[in-house]
Amino acid sequence: MSLMSPGVGLPSHAVADSAHLEPSLAGVDDFIALMKPRVMSLVVFTAFVGLLVAPGHLHPVLGVGALICIAVGAGAAGALNMWYDADIDALMARTARRPIPAGRVTRGEALGFGITLAFGSVVVLGLVANWIAAGLLAFTIFFYAVIYTMWLKRRTPQNIVIGGAAGAFPPMIGWAAATGGTGLEAVFLFLIIFLWTPPHFWALALCRAGDYERAGVPMLPVVAGTRETVRQIRLYAIALLPVAIAPWLIGSAGPLYGATAAGAGAALLVLAWRVTGGGREAKALFGYSILYLFVLFAVLLIDHALFGSLAAGAQAVG
Amino acid sequence: MGDRRDGDQGDKGGIVLTEEQKRRRRARSIAIALVLGALVLLFYAITIVRLGPNVLTRPL
Repeated sequence: MSLMSPGVGLPSHAVADSAHLEPSLAGVDDFIALMKPRVMSLVVFTAFVGLLVAPGHLHPVLGVGALICIAVGAGAAGALNMWYDADIDALMARTARRPIPAGRVTRGEALGFGITLAFGSVVVLGLVANWIAAGLLAFTIFFYAVIYTMWLKRRTPQNIVIGGAAGAFPPMIGWAAATGGTGLEAVFLFLIIFLWTPPHFWALALCRAGDYERAGVPMLPVVAGTRETVRQIRLYAIALLPVAIAPWLIGSAGPLYGATAAGAGAALLVLAWRVTGGGREAKALFGYSILYLFVLFAVLLIDHALFGSLAAGAQAVG
Repeated sequence: MGDRRDGDQGDKGGIVLTEEQKRRRRARSIAIALVLGALVLLFYAITIVRLGPNVLTRPL
């Protein structure tokens, strides 16, 4: 597919090369929607936790500036994803009302918006925090927009496994913003989100398999079937449990976090074992997985505030 | 743009915006102004924080 080829099923306004001659139909809310605000909220939260539990110190004003840059960078990745995927978004019920397939925003507007935000967020993060964090943010945007969206998504059922790395970087970026580097704890925060992504996304894919099949996206339920998807959901849920507990096991998080990670992980396993197809159980797993990640990172933050264990652990490691 | 109205400018071959398009353009303009204002404040605050006490130590 050509990068600028008109998409199948898109309104002519959204794909016309001469669209720049037309008055824009886009509202402010459309540009906000391009940034995928719900995804952005989880990105900002995990980056916030990474920034706060890191052993370094960042002035609160610079911390807020860094978080805004990470949020805008995530929004840029979302806009570039919607620019490239507008053709298949138009074919799926879940995404058909997005600004481009709905005809309110042209592809050119989304591309310009995404590139501008990406460039601005990376440069400002470099100036506000440091260039390690800025480099990680640039790599994350590149990974999501190019590696996942353009390369993997339409080619392999492992798309969201590898692409999940893009969603796993934000706590590392927050950590790097505070410390100027990375650490073992930051790697574990990365791994938690990386291993969390497949059960989270495949639970959704089980419910939306028809959509993905219609759009020609080789999601695991479409390519390998429900049984294999459920098997892999369970395998990743099993792998996630020890990794989520690991910060406590290596002494860089306290018992409150350890107990929460064990309990929440066990609940995730139970829900994963209940899934048999794209029914209510899969929806329950999808909904719980969002809560799981939020609770895990929130408790890590509370644990750190109570015991300051990550800082102590990191200093011992360093 | 089937809903575009032809007014005086339209008769001259220019593009005439509908009321809805004008409303959305105004909303976009206000949003851009607010974002630019917020960026000015943010950059100012960041500059002051990064300079810190050094702002007072400059050669005369």
